[in-house]
Amino acid sequence: MAECPPPRLRIIDLHNPLAGPFDLELGAGECLAIAGPSGSGKSLLLRMLADLDPSQGEVFLDGVERRTMSAPAWRRRVVYSAAEPGWWHERVGEHFNGDALRFARAMAPSLGLVPTLLEAPVVQLSTGERQRIALIRALALQPPVLLLDEATGALDEDSTARVEAILRDRLVGGCTIVMVTHSAAQAARLGHRQLRMENRRLVPV
Amino acid sequence: MNPILLTPFDVAIAAVLIVLDGVLSLVLRLGLHTQLAWAATRMVIQLVLIGFVLRLVFAIASPPATVAVVLVMVAIAAREVAARPEQRLGRFGNYAVGASAVAIATFLTAILALTTAIRPQPWYDARYAIPLAGIILGSVLNSGSLALDSLLGGVVRERAAIEARLALGASFNRAMRGLIRTSVRRALLPIINQMSAAGVVTLPGIMTGQILAGMDPLEAAKYQILLIFLLSGGSGLAAVAVVYLAAMRLTDDRQRLRIDRLTARTRGSRP
Repeated sequence: MAECPPPRLRIIDLHNPLAGPFDLELGAGECLAIAGPSGSGKSLLLRMLADLDPSQGEVFLDGVERRTMSAPAWRRRVVYSAAEPGWWHERVGEHFNGDALRFARAMAPSLGLVPTLLEAPVVQLSTGERQRIALIRALALQPPVLLLDEATGALDEDSTARVEAILRDRLVGGCTIVMVTHSAAQAARLGHRQLRMENRRLVPV
Repeated sequence: MNPILLTPFDVAIAAVLIVLDGVLSLVLRLGLHTQLAWAATRMVIQLVLIGFVLRLVFAIASPPATVAVVLVMVAIAAREVAARPEQRLGRFGNYAVGASAVAIATFLTAILALTTAIRPQPWYDARYAIPLAGIILGSVLNSGSLALDSLLGGVVRERAAIEARLALGASFNRAMRGLIRTSVRRALLPIINQMSAAGVVTLPGIMTGQILAGMDPLEAAKYQILLIFLLSGGSGLAAVAVVYLAAMRLTDDRQRLRIDRLTARTRGSRP
């Protein structure tokens, strides 16, 4: 029998009192797009996957169960980027250190951001600029799995296209993406698979 | 150096000032006269009662009685620390955090003072232990309640920032560091103010009391200095204990931020 590599992300009976159960299997470089009405449980699923909300069930990353690694180590590999990203320093650049800052400087132009934005106070940024900076923050970790919650919700057409180009690059590079999006067109453009969240369960589109 | 003892008549003359306050309230329509009368009555009854209790406890000179009085004081202070914040930790967390922090800070500081600097014979002599615990408790209560209020309010306000750090792989301690620092700092401001104003803006209560009781001003100043050091130590301990004990209750074995363990106090209700 040929050795078959374990899937990138394997989710078995993942649930908590608010949502689930969810069962999923995603390969490396695969993108799952999840649509569904507000409050249907899309963010809950992403938060459970990132282990930010308590949940029962099992989640494997490349065959390794998450309980066998520390929570911070898991979250560095399965990175969640919230719809409304949080900031803990005054200036944008302070949210990056060392290599991450160089990464952010290099990546900013491809997302339509001027690099001097990194020197600016966070409060001066528009919602769309914050969303893109938050995406860079997550990408800087080079995670094998990326969980994106409405990553382009506040972006115009041009910026959305730039973000999608970056994400497509990542998918080719083997990053697995679970994205929540309200845009059916975006789901069709990026998602290898599409599912719908209804009443806190995943159903076929 | 015998203190000038007051007769009830002397006190009654001073009470005229409270009546004056009441008249002011009536004339200026401040609507405060009922509250004033009630607060003044409460104050007199509380202080006379505690005078009797202390006289009794000093007379029986039994360690268990002393411990009992101190424990009651600690419990009342803990309740105040717990009641102050708008946010409540689940399963009576505010009370548990308040009681442990207040007790740790007060006992450590008081025992240190009684066994080293003040050294009464025996060291647990109620005449020293109870007033000392009381004055430390006042300061501990202040810093403990500020620390708890600041931490719990901050966690709710800065939830997105804390969770963003966690989501990027920071440990819970790291994600909370800024808020923990701010909370401890805020809790220590009053004692720092008290120290820098002491003797210039205010003549501290203990020193005033001892001077009125006939003690040499320099001796009284030394006592006051010792006490303020004790108060700042107690405040620091209480703030740090409150902040870490409360933070522990806001996380779990997977280093999540368990904001679900907090509930906002329902409006208008006092615990």
